This record gives sequence, C-alpha cells and structure tokens, in this order.
Amino acid sequence: MSLPTTAPFAITVDVGTSLNNHTGTWRTERPVYLDRLPPCNNACPAGENIQAWLALAEEGDYEGAWHEIMKNNPLPGIMGRACYHPCENACNRKDIDSAVSIHAVERFLDDESRKQGWVPRVPSDLSGKHILVIGSGPSGLSAAYHLRRLGHAVTIYEAGPVAGGMMRFGIPSYRLPRDVVEANIKRIEDMGVEFVLNKKVEDIAAEKEAGGFDAVFLAIGAHLANRAYIPSTDASKILDAVGVLHDMETAEDKPMLGRRVVVYGGGNTAVDVARTAKRMGAEEAIIVYRRNRDQMPAHDFEMDEALEEGVIVNWLTTIKEVGDGGKIMVEKMELDDNGKPQPTGEMDELEADTVVMALGQNVDTEFVGRLEGVEIKDKTIQVDNQFMTGHPGVFAGGDMVPSERTVTVAVGHGKHAARAIHAWLQADSYIKPEKPEIADFDKLNPWYYTDAPETVQEMLDVERRKSTFGEVVEGLDETNALYEARRCLSCGNCFECDNCYGVCPDNAVIKLGPGKRFEFDYDFCKGCGICAAECPCGAIEMVPEEI
Amino acid sequence: MNKPSQRTAADMAPEQKVKFYQKGTFTVGNRLVDADSRNVQSSMDRSNAITSGHRACQGCGEALGARYALDTAMRVTGGKMMAANATGCLEVFTTPYPETSWQMPWMHSLFGNAPAVASGMQAAMKAKGKTDTRIIAQGGDGGTVDIGFGCLSGMFERNDDVLYICYDNEAYMNTGVQRSGATPGGARTATTMPTDADHPGNVFGTGKNLPRIAMAHNIPYVATASVAYLQDLEAKVEKAMSFKGARYIHVYVPCPLGWGCASNATISLARLVVETGMFPLFEAEHGAVTSTRPIRQRVPIEQYLKPQRRFAHLFKSPQGQEAIEKLQAMCDRNIKDYDLLRETEETPA
Amino acid sequence: MLKQLEGSHAVAEAIALCRPEVICVYPISPQTHIVEHCGELVRKGEMGNCEYMNVESEFAALSACIGSSACGARTYTATASQGLLYMAEAVYNASGLGLPIVMTVANRAIGAPINIWNDHTDSMSMRDAGWIQLFAETNQEALDLHIQAFKIAERLSQPVMVCMDGFILTHAYERVDMPTQEQVDQFLPPFQAQQVLDPVNPYSIGAMVGPEAFTEVRYLAHEKQLQALDVIPEIASEFKEIFGRDSGGLIREYETEGADTIIVTLGSVAGTVKDTVDEMRAAGKKIGVVTVGSFRPFPSAQLREAVKNAKQVVVLEKSFALGFGGVVANNIMMSLQGTGIHVHTVVAGLGGRPITMPSLHKLFEKALADELEDMQFLDLQWDIVNAELARQRAQINSGPVAESILKNIQVDTAYGGAASHAAT
Repeated sequence: MSLPTTAPFAITVDVGTSLNNHTGTWRTERPVYLDRLPPCNNACPAGENIQAWLALAEEGDYEGAWHEIMKNNPLPGIMGRACYHPCENACNRKDIDSAVSIHAVERFLDDESRKQGWVPRVPSDLSGKHILVIGSGPSGLSAAYHLRRLGHAVTIYEAGPVAGGMMRFGIPSYRLPRDVVEANIKRIEDMGVEFVLNKKVEDIAAEKEAGGFDAVFLAIGAHLANRAYIPSTDASKILDAVGVLHDMETAEDKPMLGRRVVVYGGGNTAVDVARTAKRMGAEEAIIVYRRNRDQMPAHDFEMDEALEEGVIVNWLTTIKEVGDGGKIMVEKMELDDNGKPQPTGEMDELEADTVVMALGQNVDTEFVGRLEGVEIKDKTIQVDNQFMTGHPGVFAGGDMVPSERTVTVAVGHGKHAARAIHAWLQADSYIKPEKPEIADFDKLNPWYYTDAPETVQEMLDVERRKSTFGEVVEGLDETNALYEARRCLSCGNCFECDNCYGVCPDNAVIKLGPGKRFEFDYDFCKGCGICAAECPCGAIEMVPEEI
Repeated sequence: MNKPSQRTAADMAPEQKVKFYQKGTFTVGNRLVDADSRNVQSSMDRSNAITSGHRACQGCGEALGARYALDTAMRVTGGKMMAANATGCLEVFTTPYPETSWQMPWMHSLFGNAPAVASGMQAAMKAKGKTDTRIIAQGGDGGTVDIGFGCLSGMFERNDDVLYICYDNEAYMNTGVQRSGATPGGARTATTMPTDADHPGNVFGTGKNLPRIAMAHNIPYVATASVAYLQDLEAKVEKAMSFKGARYIHVYVPCPLGWGCASNATISLARLVVETGMFPLFEAEHGAVTSTRPIRQRVPIEQYLKPQRRFAHLFKSPQGQEAIEKLQAMCDRNIKDYDLLRETEETPA
Repeated sequence: MLKQLEGSHAVAEAIALCRPEVICVYPISPQTHIVEHCGELVRKGEMGNCEYMNVESEFAALSACIGSSACGARTYTATASQGLLYMAEAVYNASGLGLPIVMTVANRAIGAPINIWNDHTDSMSMRDAGWIQLFAETNQEALDLHIQAFKIAERLSQPVMVCMDGFILTHAYERVDMPTQEQVDQFLPPFQAQQVLDPVNPYSIGAMVGPEAFTEVRYLAHEKQLQALDVIPEIASEFKEIFGRDSGGLIREYETEGADTIIVTLGSVAGTVKDTVDEMRAAGKKIGVVTVGSFRPFPSAQLREAVKNAKQVVVLEKSFALGFGGVVANNIMMSLQGTGIHVHTVVAGLGGRPITMPSLHKLFEKALADELEDMQFLDLQWDIVNAELARQRAQINSGPVAESILKNIQVDTAYGGAASHAAT
C-alpha cells in the first residue's frame, strides 16, 4: 500500500507511518511483569501450588489439576476434608466476598481421581538407595511418597495393625471417611512403597543397620495423652480422648461412654470426642472449657457443627473434682484484664457417666532418645532446617518435632524431609527457593472480579448427623467445583486476562499467544501505568526508568 | 433484520451459567468465553486502527476509546470502513506530517464539519453502489456538542448512514483545556478558573445532554459508553453497526492532562463516573431508551472528584461544597431517572 | 439543441449532462433555481445515481462535498454571497485537500446592509482560497464553463468556482445551445480521482503540517494555479473541437486592435461594455475591451500581451477593497507593472445598481479625453454622500449610516428593479 504520486504532498500520508515515532523516550517509569506469591500458596503448610491447580481445574483439566496437587501433597482426599485450610484464611477473595473454598475443590479432585483411576507419576529408574520410614501417619506417608517420587526405594514400619496414624485414630470418620484414607494410602502402596505393619521399632540404629537403610525418617507422631491432675474417687469414669478415638477405630467393642458425657478441653479433639459421644447415643455431651469461645483453639466451623448437633459447652469452667456416682465439681472462672481465666470460687455440680480428658498429646520420646546424638527438648525431638536429628542420617517430622500439629503440617514436613534426605544422600543440603513478594489484597484491582460468593457445601441433615458416622460435609458436584475453582483471583500471577493488552493507549503490549503471556514494547510504551493499575492480579509493577 | 450484539448475557448463559461469575469476567479477554465472543481488544489480530507512535499524552483516554470503537467497527465491517475526523486532539496526535497512526481510510477536514463530511462520504458510497463500505465520523466534545453541533443535527435529521462517535473529555484539550458545552459545573478549566470562593470553576448551566438531543432526532440508535466498560462499549459499537441510518455513541474518555489526574487513573475515573451515576450508560433506539447499565458498586461523587485537580478547589470552600452537592444531586437524579440501582443479574463489563 | 431557458435551468441541465454523483444543496438567492432544477432532474431520474443532499447550511454543503469528493465522487454545489462566506473555512479546506469540486457562485453583494442583488464582492473575498475562479459573460458561457469546470478540476485535482452574475444571468431567459449527452460524454471522461479514500488502499487525508513543510505545500498549491494557466486554454480548445464554439479560456479580446484605451472587465457587464464600445468604435474612437475569463489563476502574461499597445486601461469592476481600491484593478496593475500603461479603476454596479450605457458612454469619453480619475465610483450620488458626511460632522453620534442615507434618498424605487437592467 502506498500513496498515489498525485496525492497532495504532506497533506495526505501513508497509513501506519507513526511507527517511525518511538514514543518510548517519553517514559520516566517502565512497567515490568512479575510473579508474586499468592497468599494461599504462602499459607499452605504442605507447600501446595494451590493457584496452579485451581487454574487447571478452572479450565476443566481435572486430571492436570490433580497431578499438580500430587506434586506436593500425596493425600488430597484427606487434605480436602481434614485440613483446617490456612489457605482459605489467607485467600484475598475473602476481602471481596468470601474465600475460595479451596478444600472443597481439592476434595472434588480427589474424589474424581478415585473415580477415574488416575495414578501418580513414578520414575521407572531407581536410585539404589533405600530409606526407612517409621510411622505411617501423614508425615511418614508424605515422606515415603516423595522419596519414592525422587527415585528411592522406601519401606514403612508401622507399629499398629493399619496404616494411617492420626488420620485414622485422631480424626473421626464423620469428618474423614475411612475409605478415603484407605484409598489415599493404597495409592502410595501401589507406587511401590513397602508397608510393614505391626512392627514396633525399639532400636532405630539397629533397624537401620539390619535393613541396610541409607537413611531413616521418624514419624511416629504424638499419641500420648496429656493428663491433668484431678482429684477423683472413681478413676474408671475418666478416659482420655486419644484412647477413645483410637478405640472407636480399632476396638471390637466400642468404648462405653454412657448417657451423659463430659469432655474437658477446648481443642478440636475435645469437640471431636463430644460429637462422637453424641453419635454413640449420649443424651448429653458437655464440653467443659476454662476460657471463652474466642479463645478456643478448636476451629469455628467445627464448633458450629457441634452446637448444631446438640453439644453443650460450659464456658469459663474448670473441673475441680470427679466424685462418686459421676458427680463432678466445677468452678466458674472469669477472665482478668490480660484475658487469663481466674478462679471465682463459685462452684457448681455436673453429672456424668464418663469424663473424657482432651488436654493435648505428647510424643513418645523414649526410644528415640536412646539414639545417639538426638536432642529432646520440651518433649519434642529437635531437628535442624533439614529435618535431620542430631544423629546423622536420621530425620524426623510431623507431630514429633516442634511445630503446629496438623495433618497438613505433617504432610509438609514429609515433603521437606524427603527433599532434604534426597539432598543428604548426595552429600548436599536442600535449600528452599526464596519466596517472592506476596500478592496482598492491595496489589489487586478487584473490580475485574465478579461478585461470586462461596458455594455452600451441603450438609448432612442434623438429625442424621447425631446418630450416624456418615460424612457430615458433602462434596461439591462438578459444576460447583468448577465454580469454586473459577473464583480464584490468581493473585500475583498473570492469568492472561488481556487487560494490559487491551488498556494500553499506545498498543505497547505485545500479546504472545495462549500460555505465553505478554511483553512490553518499550519502543512505544510511554509509561502511563494504566496496565499496572488495571492488572487485576497485581502481576505488573512500575519501576523508575534509569536515566 | 437487525441482530443485536453477539455478546449478551443471554447468549452465553445456556452453555454454562458458571461462566458468569468468574475470574476475569470483567477483564479485556475473558478466556472462559468462546474465542469468537471475546472482546475485539483481546484479539491478537485486532486491526489497531490507531497504531503505536501517536503523540497522545500518557494515559490518553481518547486514544484508547477511539481504538476500542474503531477496531470493533473494523471487525464488524470486515475492514470496509472509512472515517471522517473533526479537528482536535485525536486528529492532531495521530496525523502530524509526515506520519499517521491510522491504518484505515481516514480524513480530516475541519473542526465543525466532521458529520457533514461523513454525510458526503456516505452519499458518495450510495452513488457508487458501495453501501457496504460504512462511514464513521468522530470528534471530541468541542467538535461535537459545540462547533460541530449544527452539522451533527443535520446528519441526524437526514438519517444519513453514519455512525458518529463523540469522545468526551469535557473540555477543549487540544487548545489547552478551555471550557466546552460538555464541561461539568464546578470544573476548573483555563477559561473557568476558580479565582476566589465566589467563582468555584465552571458555572452550572442547564447542561447539554447530547445523547438525549440525539434521541430527540429519533435516530435508529444512540448509546453512551465509557472506556472502563470495554465489553459494553464494543457491544454498543457492534450494535450501532447493525443499524442503517444515523447513529450516535457518546464515549466518556478521561484526559489526565486536562483533568489533572494521574496518567494511570484513566480507566478508574472512567469507571467511577459511571459508578457514581454521573454518566449513565444506556442505549436508545428510535428515540426511546432500550437498556441501561445498572451501577455495580455505588460510590459518592467525592470519590470521583478527588483524584482530579480540576475539582480540587471544590473541597476548600463552602461554595465548593455546594457545588459538590449539586454534582451529587445530578448523580442522584440520573440514578432515579435511569433506575441505576435496580437489582439485576450481573453482566460483564 | 437550441433552447430558451432561464440561466439557472441552463446551468442545471449542463450539470446533469456532466453526470455528477453527489449534489449538496442549501438555498440562497440567487443560486436557488439552479439546485432546485437539479433536484427536479434527479427526482425525474435524469441524473443517474446522483445523490441529492439537502443540508442545513452552506458550511455543511461544501463539507459534504469535501467528503464525497474525497471518496472519488464527482461533486457539485452552488452558493452565493453570505453563503460563500459561511462556508469560507471549507472553501479553503477543499482546495487545500486538492478536491476537484465544482461550485457555482451566483454573484451577489455581501451585507450589512443585506442586499440580494448582484456584484462580485462574494467571490472576490475567496480569491486567495486556492480555487480556480471562472467568470461567465453570458448564460451560454455559464453553461459551457460548468462542463469545462469539471474537466479542469479533475485534471488538476483542484476545485473550480464558476461565477455567474446573480439575477442578471441566473434569472434571465436566453436562448442557449444545449449540448447533447453524447457530446458531453465525449468531452468529459468519468472521474478518475487522483486520491480516493478506499479501504483497499487506505491512507490518511488531511494531516497537520508544520513549519517544516507548510511553505512547500503552499508553493505547490500555487504551482497548480500556474499549471491551470495552460490547462484552461487547452480545455477551452478541446471544448471548441467537440462543441464547435469558443467558450472559456483565460481572457477574451474585443476590438483591441489599434485601441489606445482598453476597458478590462469581467462577468455579464461585458455585454453592455461591448455595446457601448461598438457605438464608440462606430464613431471612430480607438477603444477596445478585454474580458477576464479566469480570475484565478490570474492570466497576467496574457493580459499584458493583450493591452501592450494601449495607452491606458480602464478597469470596470463590481468589487471593491474597502480602504484601498479595486480588487481586479489591483491585479491588473500588478500585471502591467513596468509597462507604463496607466490603469484607472472604476467601481460599478455594487449591490445590483444598473450599469447603463449612457453612464458608460460618459465614462469612456472622459477616459478618451484623458480626464478620468485614477479611481472612481460609477454613478455615485455625491449629494447623498456629502449630506451624510456633513450630518456626521455635525453630530458626534450620528447613528447607523445606512439608515441615515435612506432618509436622504428621495426616490425609493429607482433601483428596485435592478435585475431588469441586465445587459443584453
């Protein structure tokens, strides 16, 4: 295309010739693309790339999404139910309407994986190294899985008759159905991890030697109940929570709790026991807790569910004495100015057939302590940043080591430890990649996200919940899961929304095509900053131009 | 038969309702929508009717609005389109000899005659039997509501087959920010300087609501649009192109230089002006309003005024406060007249 | 074919023969009959696919012409007087953009005071606008010039104004020789635009040009005018070949052979002047006439050649640059610079005042007697002027001049029928 020679000079000009005018020289600031860390990913103790798998799920690639989860977490079915989802507490979407129901999507994906028979990817070549994992709770399973994925042979020694640890003995089946636990474990077994049950380890060094293991990962958890001293005339009426939940799972005869059950404590375990008692037929299940609800460590949603099911709570109350015939003396407390409960001297009486103590658990440190070099402090095993104990080649994680005790934290420990063991086997150490800047809410432009409140997962009818151990919270169907996945804001990471490409008044954003994101054309970019202001997810930053 | 826009909520709904509430529904390229239904601006092969290298100021809303509108028209007409342009920023920053940013047939004649030039162009196309080549005329608010008003009204009244697009930045920016008939009350311009408390910027006249005036001509299609609502804007241009006869679209385009706002505030101000109710988005056919876009997140007028230095003086005197109240009253009236706060299913921008 | 027609109708029929594609119309006396008749012809289907646009002003009319011409359509409009001023901005624009529009100007005075009658003030006000300006002497020539105008315009890609005296020509019924469509088609090929807006080969028309190239742009526009000095006579001779008559051209000489005194004029008054000259020649007076056919470009060389043997030139014109003198005369003085030929300016016929043969006789006799002032107004009523000036001197605030003059005029009908004084 060009001008006819007869066109008037200067007044008529050839199209697109302004490309000769490089307006980039006007710029004082330049936009740059960056990837910020989404708050959900940052908050996930298992180190899941939540945003990435939500993005795959959003496109309907459920298998891809599931594989993305499996990169970091071998137990999505369990995590989607039992995790207290710190990701959702961190989710920026809660400042718009409500957090993305990440756990529900995760659960859907795991349900889907079992329906479709997807299997995790396992390398065909083996490294020749063999690692012993002691304990088959979440951290042990996680370590075994990741070590297997890294090409190592793995054997798990489990003291009990079944694998699963606290996932089986600590979490009631109405929250975590056993078939899910079994399927998630079976998948790890199918990868070639060897499970040796009913094998209680007494001498770690000897087992290591005997089995020819190159390294050991300890993951025996914390299953010794804490006991507070309470004067009692009838000790048979006092049970501990760990024992009750364990017996629910394994004993031939389920524990007899009676018509009136008092649970002492304010954690999730206390709530679990109270709800279990209800399901066992107790007419009254009363939680006695010495502080108020705000200070209660149990999660709000669990408490809500418990209250719906008829569990009663005596706030600001302590048990002073357990007397004859189930008469329990309690004392009212009041909070002082520092928020600490102080006795008031005001007494009351409760009646109970059973009192269940839910005051926390401790690690059985005894046999570990016998291992040379291992340091025990505050009843936990001390490890370095590689999760290695003072004994070279012996690593530990999960509830045994100082940290928050949740399934998800344990899974994270397992993963981290696996990577550390892998590195240690190569005389190296595992260095976690540095975290990029977090994509806080103020980095976003929330206008571009539609209002889309969280999908409420259906609940089992309250009356049925009181009498059965059926799963309380139902899963999402595909439509709802898709909906939830698509509520993700993709905080901090370009999701190719084309906003920058569209809003640039100078056409200075080059679209590279699906999956390839964009580039700035600094020949023409004037540095107005609209792209950064209008980027919904905070993936563009303006930086001063060097002069 | 005139087929309404391809991209309406109803069209997308049956396939999957889920799509409506998604990440990026309001973004330029909502990838959850079928490729064919996405905004023209998200396309790698959009025509870039105005290409890079133009000399618009940083963050120019008019450059953006013109590209949005014309790229859409180019898509709809398959490139069979020509434009007449009034004198003004858009003309000056795109075509300083020896360069032009236009990538389509384009001509500039005078400040006040773009509608008439376009009328002549469409007459030529009719005479030559090439009515599939469509004509667009465009100008700023000065060229439209003031000096070009006579020609515009004539073009309307004859129902010439022209789409006229006004890019309204509420003053004569090209000449250095002087008041136009579209300048809002209270605004500071070079000819309405707030010299003291008794003279708080532009007078509050009776207003000159050109979309309404266009409607009074009973022309087939009239719409208002804002550069912050791309999907809406594109749908309106597309719809406008589905009609024969005179059509008018009034596009709100912030001017960072003239308004004294940050260069990156262009889109956000174009959004706030709608969300306050100050600039209602609506469509009208043959003189009657056929659709309005409800406010999504209502905000008080102050939130729109504060980022703009042209309104800064209003916050410093009781007289200024009165002006703010008047502006808020205008918003309230629009909200009432256009029923902008009604409950509705959310539609993409 | 010979026809007895009103000048306006003759022009309208000539336009129709040129197969215009777009005609933009806004009424103003005295051009209205032309476009009215064009409209009638369009509606009767006698103009093919012509688009006939009624617009809302002269500014819009010429603006629409700009748009249609830029799209490669043969485009026509007509105006006069105030209308030409109202479109002034577009007049300059059309030529600046190089658009071959043809426009009739039915010459009329410009107010205030408002006056609908003939003089040349309107088109003279646009003399520097870059248009080619052709002046018709008779209705036949007006008709012929329009046919030539399209050809000139399209060959040069420049707009052409055909000036014909309002009422005197536009409203006069005369016999004209109307060409056939075959003749016109043979003479005037279909319009091939030198630049055209087209989606197939897009470009931008109307760029902003700064100091770096503006002078060159202006010079090139001037160059086009200079080219027209060749093109206009060429086309006039092409015209003669097909239509068999002399029409158009840059200038026309009449009885200049051996003339000591040459009257230079333009437009319809040339007829009256020639009649007067005929009588004086019969009486043995050495007097001749040169008619300016093309005022822009101004044919300086041709004019110099035509009057080179004369002693003096008397410019009789219907326009006047207030505060200076004759507009045409000024152009002629410039053309005759260095020749020593004395140039007199006579301003006549303003606002439709009849230019009568007795007045011309008196004027020319005076010239031959070497008694003519350098500058004079034909038939100026000095008694009225002097009385008004005296009154003004007597009063500091004398009120509107026009009103005061009217008070002093005794007769109120004397010039009311100016059109009937048309030269024959």
